[in-house]
Amino acid sequence: MSVAQPHPLLEIRNLEKVYQLNSGLLQRIARQPPLSLRAVDKVTFSVKAGETLGLIGESGCGKSTLARTVLRLHEPTGGSITFDGTDITKLPQKDMTALRRRMQIIFQDPYASLNPRKSVEDIVGLPLALHGLAHRREIRDRVVAMLESVGLKTAHLGRFPHQFSGGQRQRIGIARALILNPSFVVCDEPVSALDVSVQAQIIALLESLKRELGLTYLFISHDIGVIGHVSDRIAVMYLGDIVEIGPARELLREPKHPYTKALLSAVPQIDAGAKRERVKLTGDLPSPLAPPPGCKFHTRCPFAVDRCRRQVPALRNVGSDRTAACHLVDAA
Amino acid sequence: MHSTRSSATDMSAPLLSVRSLKTCFPTRAGLVTAVDGVDLDVYPGECLGIVGESGSGKSVTFASVIGLVRSPGYVAEGSIRFGGVDLRRLDSNGWRRLRGRDIAMTMQDALTALNPALTVAEQIEEVLLAHAEDLPKRGRQAAVRERAIEMLRLVGIPAPAKRIDDYPHQFSGGMRQRIMIAIALSCRPKLLIADEPTTALDVTIQAQVLDLISDLRRELGMSVVLITHDLGVVAEHTDRVAVMYAGQVVEAGPTRELIDRPKHPYTRGLIGLIPRLSDLDAPIRPIEGQVPELIGLGGICRFYDRCEFRASKCRTDISMIDVGPDHRARCIRVEEILQ
Ligand SMILES: Nc1ncnc2c1ncn2[C@@H]1O[C@H](COP(=O)(O)OP(=O)(O)OP(=O)(O)O)[C@@H](O)[C@H]1O
Ligand code: SF4
Ligand code: SF4
Ligand SMILES: [Mg+2]
Repeated sequence: MSVAQPHPLLEIRNLEKVYQLNSGLLQRIARQPPLSLRAVDKVTFSVKAGETLGLIGESGCGKSTLARTVLRLHEPTGGSITFDGTDITKLPQKDMTALRRRMQIIFQDPYASLNPRKSVEDIVGLPLALHGLAHRREIRDRVVAMLESVGLKTAHLGRFPHQFSGGQRQRIGIARALILNPSFVVCDEPVSALDVSVQAQIIALLESLKRELGLTYLFISHDIGVIGHVSDRIAVMYLGDIVEIGPARELLREPKHPYTKALLSAVPQIDAGAKRERVKLTGDLPSPLAPPPGCKFHTRCPFAVDRCRRQVPALRNVGSDRTAACHLVDAA
Repeated sequence: MHSTRSSATDMSAPLLSVRSLKTCFPTRAGLVTAVDGVDLDVYPGECLGIVGESGSGKSVTFASVIGLVRSPGYVAEGSIRFGGVDLRRLDSNGWRRLRGRDIAMTMQDALTALNPALTVAEQIEEVLLAHAEDLPKRGRQAAVRERAIEMLRLVGIPAPAKRIDDYPHQFSGGMRQRIMIAIALSCRPKLLIADEPTTALDVTIQAQVLDLISDLRRELGMSVVLITHDLGVVAEHTDRVAVMYAGQVVEAGPTRELIDRPKHPYTRGLIGLIPRLSDLDAPIRPIEGQVPELIGLGGICRFYDRCEFRASKCRTDISMIDVGPDHRARCIRVEEILQ
């Protein structure tokens, strides 16, 4: 699939998002020490134009925060974001607004992300109106065209979100995200709230839209089967860190990082004989407020050695186009 | 799923036997028939999987079994027998004795199913005390507490003696699920009904919880009904499976047989659209269309609108037919389309 090394559309360096909890006045008066939560901890990766980068990890590991920080829907507290050659980390919000036409997001919850009091025409057309991109009549035409390409009908224009099924609502969300002709789209768990048969419809839709419109996706899901099918490359996140990145096929066939191994081996398989040997984890995900020192995974890692408790493993090359952050994986 | 059984349990009678179950909910839009003509058997020691999409009637079926259909809903027809007892005739005293001790059910949503105002200790001890006639009055409280701590240890809660006096919200989602299982198992039921015990959990935690249920099933010799929408979970953890669609069982059989050789068009579609890690190139083929509303159905196959094999003869009520040993499907054209 690799077309003569296209430049990365998105480049993320040491991106950091730290939330300050209880830093309010009351807490200061009560002299509580400030608590900080490193939701995204010095993350580095890039997304090439035209590819789908899949992001997997368990709930609370920081996937959604990372996605929103990349789009600057949340402000980063460190590091840099370069989009199509421009450093956008500190771009004023008014310039971001213009840029946002090219960077869009599809949310997980089709129920919560649509305004219940607006008609489909208004919901899908709003971005056009906001960006002053089209006149009323033209808006309607473009909305109709967009609805058709996501599998909805002109007859749906005047209806309201509650009159649609979950899958149809997700189609409305997709239409809203794509009406501005973005080049980069974050899909944040776009099918997690849907039933399997509807899930498959939406995945097929997202893939065909990607081909037709030449989109680049950052695709977030906790469903590893889904990620395996849509992604060119996969990044694995654990407690705010990316612990492994690599081409989808190779990473799934031969995971390097112990966490990736455990994650993949836990996925229930319907094929007899497809099952990998289980890498069993013990314990729950530690609190992100007090991540373990050294390798953050050492409290659950079956291979942990003494060094893991003291020293943070760096993300380094472990094969062609593959990186992992583990002391025990041989460097390439 | 009655008739011909070929497995080792051949000789034994089913522990739970449901026939022609029909459960309805009056709503403003009309009468919703959430479950319509369901037959199920659960044999001693086996794990039966119930799989189906949202709204297919999985939860209502088993709410009916344990007498917990929410009013104004009601069981309209059918028989439900558990170890020789007719559950539809049971009075509230009978239920109190049965529920928890012989049949236990873990609910889909652990947070709302646990009582937020009571500590975990109080909730487990309540179940244990209700069935602790065998323990001497003196020292009963202490013995019960000890058993409660033991149950938490069994389900893998770290430092159970310390954490038992915490409230549900002080535990993570995975731990709350395990606490529900601990409560359900504390009286060593003959039948555990686990409604989506792992749907809200991450895969690594899901694997821990499912392994735990399987281990306990073997140790305690209990039967398990595992309700899920994940066919992977069914494949790895169940002996037999029933696939539900729009309030009916549309296919039922031994798990491996049903997954490897699905007969009903819906089951075949369902299996075809699972993204498989073992075959990344296999396209995901969606089933087009939507599940029908459960109002005023009948006179036509419920899968008709979405079925690529539909024909005029499908415009009638379809019943289950045998398609193999202990394998049945609700499709009138099953012979023709398999050729
Ligand atoms: N209290 C109620 N009033 C009206 N309809 C109800 C009620 N409870 C359930 N239903 C309907 O009964 C049908 C079956 O619901 P049920 O909860 O059994 O589905 P399920 O298979 O368990 O779905 P899920 O996978 O979402 O848990 C649905 O159409 C649902 O809307
Ligand atoms: S660095 Fe150590 S604890 Fe971390 S993943 Fe590697 S072996 Fe496990
Ligand atoms: S009975 Fe007809 S419509 Fe129903 S599943 Fe079979 S072929 Fe399809
Ligand atoms: Mg349910």
